[in-house]
Amino acid sequence: MQFDQLLQYTLSGLSTGAIYALIGIGFSIIYNATGIINFAQGEFVMLGGMLTLFFLETLKLPLWAAIPCAVAASTAAGMLFERLAIRPLRRPTPINLVIITIGGSILIRGLAMLLWGKDTHSIPSFSGDDPIAVGGATILPQHLWIMGITLLIVAANKFYFYHTISGKAMRACSYNRRAAGLVGIDVRRMVLFSFIISSAMGSVAGIIVAPLTMTAYDVGVMLGLKGFCAAIIGGMSSGGATVVGGLLLGVLESLGAGLISSGYKDAIAFIVLLLILFVRPQGLFGKAQSERV
Amino acid sequence: MMKRCVVVCSAVCIGLLTAAAAFAAGTLKIGGLFAVTGPASFLGEPEKKTLEMLVRNTNSRGGINGIKLEAVIYDTGGDATKAVQLATRLIKDDKVAIIIGPSTTGESMAIIPVVERERIPLISCAAGIKITDPVKHWVFKTPANDHIAAEKILNYMAKHKQKTIALLTVTDGFGASGREQIKALAGKKGFRIVADEVYGPKDTDMTAQLTKIRGIKPDAIICWGTNPGPAVITKNVRQLGIKVPLYMSHGVASKRFIELAGAASAEGVMLPAGKLAVYDVLPKNDPQYKLLKEYDQAYKKNYGSEASTFGGYAYDAFLLASSAIRKAGASPERIRSGIEQTRNLVSISGIFTMSPKDHNGLDLSAFEMVKISKGDWVLIK
Repeated sequence: MQFDQLLQYTLSGLSTGAIYALIGIGFSIIYNATGIINFAQGEFVMLGGMLTLFFLETLKLPLWAAIPCAVAASTAAGMLFERLAIRPLRRPTPINLVIITIGGSILIRGLAMLLWGKDTHSIPSFSGDDPIAVGGATILPQHLWIMGITLLIVAANKFYFYHTISGKAMRACSYNRRAAGLVGIDVRRMVLFSFIISSAMGSVAGIIVAPLTMTAYDVGVMLGLKGFCAAIIGGMSSGGATVVGGLLLGVLESLGAGLISSGYKDAIAFIVLLLILFVRPQGLFGKAQSERV
Repeated sequence: MMKRCVVVCSAVCIGLLTAAAAFAAGTLKIGGLFAVTGPASFLGEPEKKTLEMLVRNTNSRGGINGIKLEAVIYDTGGDATKAVQLATRLIKDDKVAIIIGPSTTGESMAIIPVVERERIPLISCAAGIKITDPVKHWVFKTPANDHIAAEKILNYMAKHKQKTIALLTVTDGFGASGREQIKALAGKKGFRIVADEVYGPKDTDMTAQLTKIRGIKPDAIICWGTNPGPAVITKNVRQLGIKVPLYMSHGVASKRFIELAGAASAEGVMLPAGKLAVYDVLPKNDPQYKLLKEYDQAYKKNYGSEASTFGGYAYDAFLLASSAIRKAGASPERIRSGIEQTRNLVSISGIFTMSPKDHNGLDLSAFEMVKISKGDWVLIK
């Protein structure tokens, strides 16, 4: 095994892993605020990419303007989703909520298909396509964007949850909803906030990966599942652990495809998921019953 | 008063007469089974639209030998069980004389026993070689076999002294079939497969597989899949700085592939393309040129998008059926033997010559080898 091959596998894995991490954090933010797994998270990833395309091609905006517009529109979609589908529920048991999010994801996917068709589309890279050599391996400028933006978002998250009033309130909800309500925190508003943050993050993930992976109405399914794996490995934490989970998953997939067989690439992700759920359901780094934010 | 009465009477008479004439000639029902929704909708949708367009056009020109056509089209959603139910419904309830479709190989294989039992001709729009090999009495298909495309690539490689092949195929029916065909043909023609990698249809990064291939240093890479995988691979190849010739399958022979991969990355990629995809670079004296152009323009006018190879499969099927009806007659048995006697029928996918031993009727001339240069196709020899 040559060193430059190994380096390439690792680098490829890290850049894919960063995407999984970003999507995974979206899962855990909503999970922590509401106790549900939002299976529509992948669809916000898709919306990010497809809306950018819409603003770029239909409304002829430049890329720098199309991206914030797309994030804003996806965030609005996330808000609407919470208002129309999650909040009106009279008896919100976890199973009801999960089924609603699955239904929501099918609805969003269907609407996207009707609006924009079934074709795959690509978005131009942010800063060119010329590969950058790192040792014997190569990455693209877009990979740097992905890693940089992921880091930035994780840092912003950390700041929000630990240094702002509403972030602290959201953490309080995750420890104990009733107690949080008793001390005057509007729990329902916090739930809405969690949907806003995670749909915005999902759409950013969808936008920064679209130049590499392309986008279509159904890209959310697989990316969503991989993000979910990352969140599980990270024990549903909305910080570093999920990032490590995502990176680990990406590197394992890439090494598995390169060293064992490319046929088992997806299987590796799901075997890891099952192993974690069996052996360490609290996540790779969590202690049982630890804090989850 | 009298005058008006005469006019009305004769108008009524003429009306009755034409109605009678139309009734005597009757309408012929053509069944269509397409995966209009679901994962194979990229096949079924253009097929359905093409068939509807052709039936409309034929009727507006007075039908075939005075017989009006009626298309009865059902959506199978790509589901084999549903395809069988709908095929039975087409035959028993709608009483169609011929069935066009289904879109996928799985569905086609599932309904073959039904049409064989009910003695209704079937022209499948799916590519799988199993559909017409071995030959079934009532079953035809219009897409060229995968091995013809594979052979086209290997012949080109042999000409350019490329001996070792790295395979990179998608893990669905299309990729698996291509992988089998290339392996079988490569053995026969003296090529060596030095890498045999796969990727999932929804995978977004194939640098791991390509890094492995780069280490093996093959003479050429053959990738077998449909969008978006091959576009990702093309980008990855450029990222990794791999200089080995890259061949794609006919599955990506559309401008969309160049758009997705980007003209810079796609530069130099070679593939066997159905003639519809590249008709604007064909020599003007190519026998198919005029028809291809007509189809593309008609499709654009009706539906506002470019005609695709897949819609072309339904076009072929309709042309085979309608020329059989014109020459042999309108009963299922006559249509069947009419299709089997087709000789040199110029159509979209190629020039069809059927025989009792060949129910596909296409040969190597169905594809042209093309290279992508500056975002467009260039024919290569």
